[in-house]
Amino acid sequence: MNQDLYTAGMNTAAGTLLLTAVLVVWRRELRAMVMLLACQGVALAALPIVDGIAHASAEVIGVGVAILALRGVVLPAVLLRLVARRGPARRGPARWVPARRESAPVVGTSLSLLITALLTVTAFAVTRPIVRLQATVGSMAVPVSFAVILIGIQVMATRRRALSQTVGFLMLDNGITSAAFLLTSGVPLVVELGASLDVLFVTLVLGLLARQVQAHFGDSDVGRLRELRD
Amino acid sequence: MGTATSAGYGSCVTDMTALLVLPVAAPVAAAVFAAVCRNRRLNAAVAAAAALAIGACGLLLAVARGDGPALALGGLLRADALTAVMLVVIGSVGAPAAWAGIGYVDQEVAAGHTTPRRVRLYGVLVPTFLAAMATAVSAANIGVMWAAIEATTIVTAFLVGHRGGRAAVEAAWKYVVICSVGIAVALLGTVLVYFAAVHAGIPASRALDIDTLLAHATALDPAVLRVAAGLMVIGFGAKAGLVPFHTWLADAHSQAPAPVSALMSGVLLAVGFSAVLRVKPVVDLAVGGGYLRTALLVVGLATVAVAALMLLVQRDFKRMLAYSSMENLGVIAVAAAVGTPLAIAALLWQVLAHGMGKTVLFLSAGQIQSAHGSSAIAAVRGVLARSRLVGASFAVGIAVVVAVPPFAIFGSVIAVGRSMTEVGLGWLLAVQGTLMVVAFAALASRTVGILLGEPEPSAPAIMTPRSISLALVIGIAACLALGLSAGPLAGLFRDAGLMLAGVR
Repeated sequence: MNQDLYTAGMNTAAGTLLLTAVLVVWRRELRAMVMLLACQGVALAALPIVDGIAHASAEVIGVGVAILALRGVVLPAVLLRLVARRGPARRGPARWVPARRESAPVVGTSLSLLITALLTVTAFAVTRPIVRLQATVGSMAVPVSFAVILIGIQVMATRRRALSQTVGFLMLDNGITSAAFLLTSGVPLVVELGASLDVLFVTLVLGLLARQVQAHFGDSDVGRLRELRD
Repeated sequence: MGTATSAGYGSCVTDMTALLVLPVAAPVAAAVFAAVCRNRRLNAAVAAAAALAIGACGLLLAVARGDGPALALGGLLRADALTAVMLVVIGSVGAPAAWAGIGYVDQEVAAGHTTPRRVRLYGVLVPTFLAAMATAVSAANIGVMWAAIEATTIVTAFLVGHRGGRAAVEAAWKYVVICSVGIAVALLGTVLVYFAAVHAGIPASRALDIDTLLAHATALDPAVLRVAAGLMVIGFGAKAGLVPFHTWLADAHSQAPAPVSALMSGVLLAVGFSAVLRVKPVVDLAVGGGYLRTALLVVGLATVAVAALMLLVQRDFKRMLAYSSMENLGVIAVAAAVGTPLAIAALLWQVLAHGMGKTVLFLSAGQIQSAHGSSAIAAVRGVLARSRLVGASFAVGIAVVVAVPPFAIFGSVIAVGRSMTEVGLGWLLAVQGTLMVVAFAALASRTVGILLGEPEPSAPAIMTPRSISLALVIGIAACLALGLSAGPLAGLFRDAGLMLAGVR
């Protein structure tokens, strides 16, 4: 693979990461948010795959394929089951119809997008020591990872459905994983394996808890969780 | 590096391997046993035995340790003085807490609050929780340490929500969301450390090993390490209940079953903080001692302040205990910031004493709560007159955690205070002292009401199952013993202090 093609591939993948994150902020349809998350997972997997092809490393390509399977397919599928019509109504204390849209927004769409823009600028500012230390094609794109991380936190803070918060968390995690691949060729395999297993389990746990929230509170709006206070 | 270290141990390498592997293997075996065996009492006893094994390995490591760290399983596990201390803490809180699980589950079953499936899940998750914590403190690689700490969140999610109902589900949801975000921040910090290490020419496969990082710390890029260290303090601080990700703590501690609250408050917070202690020497060498000192001072003092204020307005006794844990962890963070060998030794002593104190506190509070069906402070009066053991346990526990002499935390706080004046932080001592007095007054006045007030004639009897009584008696004895003397542990604390002391 020649250098231009490599650079173009890495930049396209990084750009798609950020674009999908911004689109998640824009959309309020839950299913659309999960689909965007899947797209982001594919863009994330493209980073090691392009890198692996460029450096002819079968191991890095293999890691990329594993990430594609986990973040492009498995995790979105787990979340889609939560918005599916026939949810866990077979079992559980109460029947409920899963929500399809985000509930009344805490922050309006245009203000949200403005915050996203500010966070992206912030990401470029805080990553300056990193870019200065190593000016490769990958680390030049690291501000994008940090922007995705911050946008993930923004989604968690401003959305009220259990599912949207989970999407925000997974965006945060995608951002961190992309930072690992852009800075180095990914963390050691044992750490990557542990981190991937953890994110899978956290998603499953959040999914189960989201169902329990639905069952007990009759709604997946976690803004209603106000029983516990001082 | 690794070969040089193992060569230094010569013939005792194999013995150390057993001591390193057992703390992880024993609770894993107990979890597998609980998944197969249907006798829940036997399962709890096996889990308690596994916890004892963890503590015993910690003690033996303390005795047998050489000059450097011991390694096992091809350098995957690593033990030094901090590992030994933390294993002792896990064992000494884990054993009574796991044993008290017998009585707790009996009561839940008798009251019809639980299902057989939940009971089995409880039996499997408690030893798994112990295994994850033992892995976190004996990992040689900070990436593996991170993964193990994240695993504690996953395992405890269902333990927090074990009682079911709206409040428990709410607590579990908030707990998982906040801690996962916090710990993800720590992962980003870990990735940056890895980047700095690879950039400094350390081979990728060893770039997250603690010993390798320590040896090459001065070659790491200071600007990147600063960002990384800040992220790690915030991230691992979330699991330690430090500001700003502390909001899960009171919810989770008040909703979890009493033995689980004891484990979370007594050990899990300390394990989270031990991760900060683990990376502190590397950061100090790379960017100088002032950076983490400032960060820990700010975070620690803010934590103590938030805890003291929340204690003042507290109306729920389990939440009160949770904020007391926050206060203690804040004080511990400040001690870590002070960073003299004496301060570090004292904070580790406080970790152990706090763990034991909180064990008897949460177990006795659990009995009060199950008798009254409520954890409102206003509803509970005259516990001492109704149950001597539960009342005495609560009194001793409170005395331990508010640093009343002769209990151990008093000595530890004095030692840290002395170190503070030595390093010129006397003004800070005044601020922290004031906040601690506020917390003390809030805790003491509420405790007096709970223990001594006039019981209402209709007040329910406080029953204590035999297993919980035994755990309480042993816990009180341990608190007293530790207050009188650190005994064989004194040398261990001193060495850990010397090892982790900051750059001056």
